[in-house]
Amino acid sequence: MRASAEHAPFIRLSKVGKSYRARGREQLAVSDVTFDVEAGELVTLVGPSGCGKTTILKILAGLHGATGGTVQIGNARFPFDPRRDVGMVFQQALLLKWRRILHNVLLPAEILGLPMAESRERARHLLALVGLHGFEDKYPYELSGGMQQRAAIARALVHDPKLLLMDEPFGALDALTRDRMNLELLRIWKESGKTIVFITHDISEAVFLGSRTIVLTAGPARMADNIEIDLPRARTLDIRTHEAFGAYTRRIYGLLGLAL
Amino acid sequence: MSATEILPRRPALNSDVWSRYGYAILGHLLLLAAWQAVVVIGKLPSFVLPSPAATLQAFTEPNYRWTGNILATASEIFGGYGIAVVSAILLAMVFCWFRPLEMLVMPVLVSLNMIPKVALGPLIIVWFKYGIGPNILITFAICFFPIVLTTSRGLREVEPDLLDLVHSLKGSRWQVYSKIQLPGALPYVFSGMKVGAILAVVGAVVGEFLGSDRGLGYLMMQVQVNLDTPAMFMALLLITAIGIVLYSLVLLLERLVVPRDARLG
Repeated sequence: MRASAEHAPFIRLSKVGKSYRARGREQLAVSDVTFDVEAGELVTLVGPSGCGKTTILKILAGLHGATGGTVQIGNARFPFDPRRDVGMVFQQALLLKWRRILHNVLLPAEILGLPMAESRERARHLLALVGLHGFEDKYPYELSGGMQQRAAIARALVHDPKLLLMDEPFGALDALTRDRMNLELLRIWKESGKTIVFITHDISEAVFLGSRTIVLTAGPARMADNIEIDLPRARTLDIRTHEAFGAYTRRIYGLLGLAL
Repeated sequence: MSATEILPRRPALNSDVWSRYGYAILGHLLLLAAWQAVVVIGKLPSFVLPSPAATLQAFTEPNYRWTGNILATASEIFGGYGIAVVSAILLAMVFCWFRPLEMLVMPVLVSLNMIPKVALGPLIIVWFKYGIGPNILITFAICFFPIVLTTSRGLREVEPDLLDLVHSLKGSRWQVYSKIQLPGALPYVFSGMKVGAILAVVGAVVGEFLGSDRGLGYLMMQVQVNLDTPAMFMALLLITAIGIVLYSLVLLLERLVVPRDARLG
């Protein structure tokens, strides 16, 4: 815990647990998860598929309540409105097929009842930010998978949330597109200054993107480690050939029980 | 950056569209030619298989009151179908809001749908006499169910992650319904409407066979007695044409309200 009493972190999870009742039995999905996220940080959560990572994200999104421990989001400097301050990106872009891209991006603004003229301006600006300038009036089917995911990121940012939650957003993309999207995300993160919690099962993606990586082991999700990624902030793809990068990924493979 | 990503599914070129229409027209002309060829080569008498020309000739017979019969059949088809579309969609929307009602009524509808609607004809005549009204009822009964079924299915098909997205913004049930469920169901509505359009023609004609005093189906039964096969052919062609008009209108409406990729089948 780096936070002192007078400085509360933006997000603080302490001893968070979540259990479900399934077929009359208590099923533990998440157990004893404790970590902080500072405002403006990009924290990655890495772990095997089905380990309960998504459950943690849903707790942060306010979609599930935790059944144990405490979740606290927001501090004096960055107050958090659970209605307006969450943006979500999923593995599938989930754009509405019958809406043009601009109209898709505007969906959260419509739901929140934000002023439309301003939101439209903002949506155009965000589409330019994610590299989709000129695609405002296209339908989703006219865009490639990577471009659809860019649109989904713009949609997650249109209501200017403080927290961006991403659940394996590049997991369905091919390797080259994923590399490109990783670089784009770092740029978008820097330009927007958002706090991002990013879930992945790809260890090298977790190390490449994260200023910190939280390693989770499988069912129920338990924390194996919380690693500060001390790599240069301006990250380029060749950072993955650095010795330090290799050391981080080796360490995480080890934590997940895969010796190299 | 974006330009290097490959765009999937380029819209069809105009020339492709034209050549597709060209082939479709050619196919129909070939069918017509084959029809004529069978009549000529087989030396078939007109009461077995009339030539295309003899069939057209039947249309000039004033005693058959073609216009009146066309209007009667068309109004049964369009009337029964129109009522079915509106009421089926409304019922599916109500089901979507009151799930217990759906669970109560839907199984009953499934059972009722197993009744061969054609077999309802004699009963409907007992209850309502004969005429356009009862035929509209038979038409309605036959095309109502597929539209209810596909529409309720469409209203239920929502990506769970998309629901999470709306719920993370504390969106209301009405917002989920109006922004996601309803527009998302449209392709399903249309697939039910297309099935219904084909059935509607069957319903109206069967109604006219069973008991009616006008309509193209009624006319077919009348001229059958005189072995006036050319007139029967003409009536059949006209019934088909009404069906094609109805189906095309549905396709046109779908094209106007559902973007290309969201259409089913």
